[in-house]
Amino acid sequence: MKTIIFKTASSYLLPLLLLFAIFILLRGHYLPGGGFVGGLIAAIAFVIHSFANGIEKTRGIIKFHPGFLMPIGLALALIAAIAPLFTGGALMTGLWFENPVPVIGMVGSALFFDIGVFLVVVGVTLTIIFTISETI
Amino acid sequence: MLLSVLSGFLLAACLPVIGKQIKGNLSILLSALPVILFIYFLSFIPGVANGETYHFTYNWVPQLGINFDFHLDGLSLLFTLLITGIGSLVFIYTSSYLKGHVYLDRFYGYLAMFMSSMLGLVLSDNIITLFIFWELTSISSFFLIGFNNDSEASRKSSLLALGITGFGGLFLLAGMILLGYVTGSYSIVELMGQTELIHNHPYFVLILFLVFMGAFTKSAQFPFHFWLPGAMKAPTPVSTYLHSATMVKAGIYLLARFTPVLGNHEYWNTTLIIIGGVTMLYAAIHAVFRLDLKGILAYSTISALGVLVFLIGLGTDDALLAASVFILVHALYKATLFLVTGIIDHETGTRDVSQLSGLNKVMLPVGIAAILAAISNAGIPPSFGFLGKDLIYEATLHYGDWAIVLTVAAVLTNICLLFAGFLAGIKPFIGKLPQKYEKLHLPSPLMYIPPMILAGLGIVFGVLPMIIDSPLIKPVAAAILNTSPDFHLALWHGWSVVLLLSTITIGGGLGLYFILKPSEGLLAKATRFEPISPMSIILRCTRIFESTAKGVTYVLQNGYLRYYVIAILTFLSVLLAYKIFKGIDLYVNFGKLTEITLYEAIVLAIMAVSIVFTVFTRSRLVAVAAMGIIGYSICLIFLFYSAPDLAMTQFSIDTLTVILFVLVLYNLPKYLKLSDTGSRVRDGMLALIFGGLISLLTLEVLNEPLEREISAYYAENAYTLAKGKNVVNVILVDFRGADTMVEIIVLSIAAIGVFSLLKLRLKSIEKE
Amino acid sequence: MELLLVIIIGLLYAAGIYMMLRRSLVKLIIGLILLGNGANLLIFLLGRIVKGKPPIIDDASYVLAEIYADPVPQALILTAIVISFGLQAFAIILIKRAYKVVKTDDLDEMNATDEDL
Repeated sequence: MKTIIFKTASSYLLPLLLLFAIFILLRGHYLPGGGFVGGLIAAIAFVIHSFANGIEKTRGIIKFHPGFLMPIGLALALIAAIAPLFTGGALMTGLWFENPVPVIGMVGSALFFDIGVFLVVVGVTLTIIFTISETI
Repeated sequence: MLLSVLSGFLLAACLPVIGKQIKGNLSILLSALPVILFIYFLSFIPGVANGETYHFTYNWVPQLGINFDFHLDGLSLLFTLLITGIGSLVFIYTSSYLKGHVYLDRFYGYLAMFMSSMLGLVLSDNIITLFIFWELTSISSFFLIGFNNDSEASRKSSLLALGITGFGGLFLLAGMILLGYVTGSYSIVELMGQTELIHNHPYFVLILFLVFMGAFTKSAQFPFHFWLPGAMKAPTPVSTYLHSATMVKAGIYLLARFTPVLGNHEYWNTTLIIIGGVTMLYAAIHAVFRLDLKGILAYSTISALGVLVFLIGLGTDDALLAASVFILVHALYKATLFLVTGIIDHETGTRDVSQLSGLNKVMLPVGIAAILAAISNAGIPPSFGFLGKDLIYEATLHYGDWAIVLTVAAVLTNICLLFAGFLAGIKPFIGKLPQKYEKLHLPSPLMYIPPMILAGLGIVFGVLPMIIDSPLIKPVAAAILNTSPDFHLALWHGWSVVLLLSTITIGGGLGLYFILKPSEGLLAKATRFEPISPMSIILRCTRIFESTAKGVTYVLQNGYLRYYVIAILTFLSVLLAYKIFKGIDLYVNFGKLTEITLYEAIVLAIMAVSIVFTVFTRSRLVAVAAMGIIGYSICLIFLFYSAPDLAMTQFSIDTLTVILFVLVLYNLPKYLKLSDTGSRVRDGMLALIFGGLISLLTLEVLNEPLEREISAYYAENAYTLAKGKNVVNVILVDFRGADTMVEIIVLSIAAIGVFSLLKLRLKSIEKE
Repeated sequence: MELLLVIIIGLLYAAGIYMMLRRSLVKLIIGLILLGNGANLLIFLLGRIVKGKPPIIDDASYVLAEIYADPVPQALILTAIVISFGLQAFAIILIKRAYKVVKTDDLDEMNATDEDL
């Protein structure tokens, strides 16, 4: 699988796919997409890269163990979930900023929750795939 | 009153803590508890003698009508006195009998627990608490019988006892609940007023049966008698306490207690007379052939219990009076004989009656007690037993048409009982002392004084019946009869048929004693009938039950995953098929179907082919690839039918799954053809049937109107409440956000699981 | 179309169950996946299938138009798909691990040797 073309392509594909994944994530509230799909696409991006360049290279790009994304994502989702409690709402009530942010649109706690989901999905998928390819 | 009942439990609870300190001579101090209780209950005699009853109520579970209602009348008083009185003597006796035993504290704990349960049982007015105490006696007796827990026989017989009495207990509970249901009351006192209602209720027979089962198992009536001889494995104080005076009498107590409620009915009387009669004869004859002292006593106890049941069954005033007296008579002489047996066993190390004789020369006081008890047992004047026996004959003689049959049965029983009593009480003490026993000496007074007291009482009550006549026996009879009887106990009734019968009994018994010498041969003759005895039959049933259970377990829980799956699926298929073909007419509304386009048909065709490939291919790689194609086809279906989110997710996941499989599969072996054609065909049939049923079910559901209330809510509020326009995403991150939260947690756990499975080395792996 | 889907669902179920009844562990997992797919399709179909109307609100409006695909089963299935990935990954690794230890992927033999583990 480690052909030159695949290698070259994958190094361009990675940032592109990641960007696409984030795009999917952010537009999820209005159009098809969201944290789950975005996370999966991002994970696939890394997997393709690792197929082309070997797992060590890919891990070099990420710099830390993907497993760490899981607690970060869980924490973010949890914060988004309990934030309304501090403003007097019930658990998981949506909180929204007054004004829309350019490009992204309305920003609210739901978005942070979705980002949390995104991070967890990336973390889980990469942990699984990397662990397997390393031990085989 | 509550304290007096529960004090035993309190003591038992304290013993594990303080037990170690009192193990030595101090253990006799524990006897203070039953003695104090005995005195406490004695103080009720004057009141009860005047016809008063005492009632105490403590709330426990008022919502269910379960309270600690204690009711003290003549019958309860007699039993409490027996329990605490004999209890005191047994406590004292034990301190010497089990001196220095490692688990002496434990033994006292069980004894105290048992005493409390018995007290609770005889004092409860509430029938549910009665049942609870009833079960507590079974449980504490289980510990007592199995006290020598390093002996297998002992464990076995305690299990048997628990099994039988516990089994009966369940019947009793059912009976009690039914009684409560029928009358709306759980109080015995209140039940007494509703005899008419109960007698005429359609459940009456059932209640009767259930209560009888409880009483018969507990009081070792035929055919449930066999646990009692087995229970003789217990240390002798236990046999004395449980199996002569108290626990086995619980069934008698129950019957006596319910006589005013359920009694005086044809069924009640006939059943009790038959069961009691059979038991007393059967056990009495058995007792004759035993060699083991405790075996003799066990069977004669069963027989005596049979007599009691028989008397309660007769149900006449005379009979019930006789029963009241006989309870006391029997408790006194049987406890004595048991205690004496314990001493003999303790000193000589044997209980084989054919080897024992002449012990009077070395332990005269014990001998006196034993002989007195045997006399009382035999009903030789002027003992208390004579009184008891007279009353029994009086009762049978006046029982209408069957008087002769019943009297003959009673006489026969009494002859055998007399013989058994002599065998146990007199034979070991008279005659020539064998040489090996010459060095024996008298045990500690703590051991021989209790039986002497009991035996002495047996004579004193006989000579001076007025001591207990109106204070004790009369209230008992009053409680059973629910009226006030008019009688006076007397030793001498003048010349009568009864006296003649007594003489015949004594003569017959003595004759038997001189003719029949206990020997191994006789025992062997008796044991020939063992295979058809109720015990063997029930044990055989138990074994069949066990092996059936094992067989069923082996079939159902065989450890092969696919058989579980097959069982579940078959059941489900049958259920579904029944439902579908029974009540539903299938039809397809072609007008409502969406039309098929070409590309959809192609996708579905590809899918069908892939499924077939996945199943039948020999190569794992092909199977995985085909599986991937199925996934992508599903992705397309989602796309065609307005589910872009699903399509995207399915696509990504499918990709990742295939990658996963390919990564792992290289390290797995090739497919093996493991199953034969037969099982393949079977599984294939089952799978097809189940798949077909699912299809039919789906069709059927599609015909039902769709409830879209929830979707409508989300559709309307997605933007207004959650400011999102992709409804699916809004549901995921907002409306049902908590679910998603849990989901990502589960995902993380799966990842951690994979990580640890692969990274952490098992020991066996490291060897490679 | 519904009829065809019904048949495909039945096929998926049948195939999944047949594979689950085999003795090979790998087949067991493939069976699980097929069964999962069948169940997802079943839920999807029972929410009624609608063409070209994804449950996404138009830019101009605030609520969904009259006819739209049901979002509830979709949300359910989406969750199910993602979770099943976690399950599959775990199951696959379990097989691999088990195979390494007992040197077989025959379920029956695993049954017999579990004392030696």
